[in-house]
Amino acid sequence: MTIHVVVNGRPRDLEVAPHALLLDVLRDALDLKGAKRSCDTQVCGACTVLVDGLAVSACTYLAVEADGRSVLTVEGLAEGDALHPLQRAFVEAGAVQCGFCTSGMLLTARAMLAENAKPTRDDVLHYLRGSLCRCTGYRKIVDAVLAAAETVR
Amino acid sequence: MSARPLRVVGQPVPRVDAIEKVTGRARYVTDLTLPGMAHAKVLRSPYAHARVRRVDVTRARGRAGVFAALAGADLTWCDPYYGPAYRDRPVLAIDVARYEGEPVAAVAAVDEATAEEALELIDVDYEPLAAVLSLEAALASGAPLVHAGQPPAGHFADLSTLRPRPGTNICHQWSFARGDAVAELAAAHIVVEDAYRFPSVQHVALEPHAVVAAWDETGALTLWASTQNPYSVRMELAKMFDVPLARIRVVVPHLGGGFGSKTYAKLEPLAATLARAAGRPVRLAASISEAFQTVRRCAARVAVRAGFRRDGTLLAVECDADYDVGAYADIGPRVVQKGTYTATGPYRVPHAKLAARAVYTNTTPGGAFRGFGVPQLAWALESLFDVAADRLGRDPVDLRRQNFLAHGEEFAPGDTPIDGKLEESLGRAAEAIRWAQMPAADRGRGVAAMLKASVAPSISQAIVRLHADGSVTVLASAVEMGQGTRTVLAQLAAEVLSVPLAQVMVVPPDTAVTPYDQTTSSSRSTAMTGRAVQVAAEDVRDQLLAIAAQHLGVALRDLALDEGSVVAPSRRVTYAEALALEFGMSGGELIGRGVIAPGRTAAPLGGSTPFWEVAVGAAEVSVDEETGALRIERYVSVADVGRAINPLLLEGQDEGGVVQGLGHTLLEEMLYADGHLLNGTLLVYRVPRADDTPGELECHFVENADGSGPFGAKGAGEGSLIPVSPAVANALARLTGVRLRDLPLTPERVWRALRSRSARP
Repeated sequence: MTIHVVVNGRPRDLEVAPHALLLDVLRDALDLKGAKRSCDTQVCGACTVLVDGLAVSACTYLAVEADGRSVLTVEGLAEGDALHPLQRAFVEAGAVQCGFCTSGMLLTARAMLAENAKPTRDDVLHYLRGSLCRCTGYRKIVDAVLAAAETVR
Repeated sequence: MSARPLRVVGQPVPRVDAIEKVTGRARYVTDLTLPGMAHAKVLRSPYAHARVRRVDVTRARGRAGVFAALAGADLTWCDPYYGPAYRDRPVLAIDVARYEGEPVAAVAAVDEATAEEALELIDVDYEPLAAVLSLEAALASGAPLVHAGQPPAGHFADLSTLRPRPGTNICHQWSFARGDAVAELAAAHIVVEDAYRFPSVQHVALEPHAVVAAWDETGALTLWASTQNPYSVRMELAKMFDVPLARIRVVVPHLGGGFGSKTYAKLEPLAATLARAAGRPVRLAASISEAFQTVRRCAARVAVRAGFRRDGTLLAVECDADYDVGAYADIGPRVVQKGTYTATGPYRVPHAKLAARAVYTNTTPGGAFRGFGVPQLAWALESLFDVAADRLGRDPVDLRRQNFLAHGEEFAPGDTPIDGKLEESLGRAAEAIRWAQMPAADRGRGVAAMLKASVAPSISQAIVRLHADGSVTVLASAVEMGQGTRTVLAQLAAEVLSVPLAQVMVVPPDTAVTPYDQTTSSSRSTAMTGRAVQVAAEDVRDQLLAIAAQHLGVALRDLALDEGSVVAPSRRVTYAEALALEFGMSGGELIGRGVIAPGRTAAPLGGSTPFWEVAVGAAEVSVDEETGALRIERYVSVADVGRAINPLLLEGQDEGGVVQGLGHTLLEEMLYADGHLLNGTLLVYRVPRADDTPGELECHFVENADGSGPFGAKGAGEGSLIPVSPAVANALARLTGVRLRDLPLTPERVWRALRSRSARP
């Protein structure tokens, strides 16, 4: 079936199977490899993208559900060469190690900042519960999100 | 040339791959596609132990869209066994399946869905056999045997003499002794002893194992693999397919975490086999659940005794450890040796009797995992150390300080003398955790220390190229898996050659291009690969200076490198100009070579460790007496790193190590019942989340530039994880009087212990 989706600001008409997962459509049909497949069960957050601004696990989200909506992936976060403040903060704070969780973390954090522009440290820790990182110990990720919140304000 | 201050070494520069990672452009194995690439799926044994009487793949082969369907019996055209210690692991089960989840058959098809459907067309006739799922069951007399025959040796010379003990499930045993521990323990004023257990845990690298394998028309094999050891993988495949090393190319893109799970061949042999059978490239991308069926940390039970003089002097340690290495040896025998070798920790122990066994069970193979056998034994010894302090009426910090090995002291004959200052690390940790001040009434503090050897002997080689425009290429095979080695190697080359970091390109590992490096593990890359890069860059620097001296007519001693130029007393030429002077045109390059290959020594394990990893942890905890939930209020990690090449990345490594250590300390354990792994998915296997982290976390570094690595650096990255569990348990004991011996310290375990304490009269 055909769905109409705006992906990273660009309108797309896509032919998808009814059971196709958003993650596969993004990665395979649109070659947007930033969202990662890991747990397949909506636990780890590596596949997180934003649908109409809300963080969803693309590994368990049907592509057809995105019909008529707007999808943001990590590839759409920067404005051209100008990194989003979250991306800059992640680079500077050392919040990136292997990078496999990074796109999901960035998008989750962006959804949070849209809801809550002045998060406390505890707010961030709580919001990121659905995004696993096995490398960093989370501290630098939380630092980066708080630093970016300052910048955005 | 006079010594100049360091420009980029020691600076907390952002990682060189940060931009590609925050923009989603970084490519991992599963992001790659090749024309005509098939997708593979694996049929795995539902039984912990079963005779595989027949595997019929005919219907799967006949399904539209299937390019290959293989069972173990089909692999007559290659050597189907592999393994670094013993070649005991078949690519696909042959006659017997030895653990739940063992690959039994595999399909390559036009897409993953077709491959998955084809698996359902494979008929397997299993005859379930009695299984051994624990150390106790495997070591019981008359236990069913996981392996009946004698597997051939793997590719390590020092392990080639290993043999399993026939008629038992003992895969390997190792012992080490000095002095007369038995007599000293009999005579010691105070003897403490106990038995501790460490759980089986999975690495949970967020990127599951993945491989793309392709044979070309010349019979050469290329793999893009998520491996920490491209050169080991190459060797395994060369043996399996009887192909020269030069015709096998292993390329390693970004790794989505390793932690030891991607050392040695894992899925590469199966992907290569399928690609050959399918006659086209094959992509094999495992799921996280399949990672639980691929490798894990070796569970252990450890009995340890320690004898002290009344004044607190540690006289003797006796340690008996059994490690559960699962169904195949993988690198388990070396894990057991390396762990046991330092079972006495960072202490002066004149009399030691250490013994360990690697034991086969019908569970997922146990292999390397950050700490490599040491966390299991440090959990025991460091817990027992606090028990001893109690008995002696001593402060645990003071008792450790009294018994630490000194800087420069011998650890074992023939091995590298201790190169760290333990007292300084412990002092820093004690100060940061405010050991001298009383904690709040509801808080308890504990400390633990550790010492770990790196792999030895090992080899690292590097090539550094200075191009006509003054930019630099570093060729080395240390795998970037998040730890930041690509950045560190770039910093080292930039430092030696005095060029901006942005002018240095580090090529990702590719065995056809980047030179030999034994392994990206054992915290060795900065010290060993880094040193090779430093030597290679110095080789280029010396060539550059010689060229400048010759063409400018200036003595070597009057020349220096400065920000991309060679500086003579009255003149300054850029590197590009210097190269043009040498080659007479705009072209050509300088090529430097670095080889670090210290070779075998008389040290007990056959090689002298290139550095000792030394770390101390200090925890402050509180406990909810109603639920038994432990909370880590503060944690301090101190590592003696010689020199922090990049403090930002190093801090990231150690913060991550602490939190990973909190995983097996508080949350994680692979649980088996009735022959099945109960929690082999992330839905039910809980790793630390953001809100599980300590209230405050500090990582400190001792830097005395006393390491053998570049600019005095030593390895780091494993040390921070190792003291976590004993530091937390020691804090709990000091807070509540409850001493737990089994990890993880789940709320239930803590609550039960608190209850039985209060029930006591």
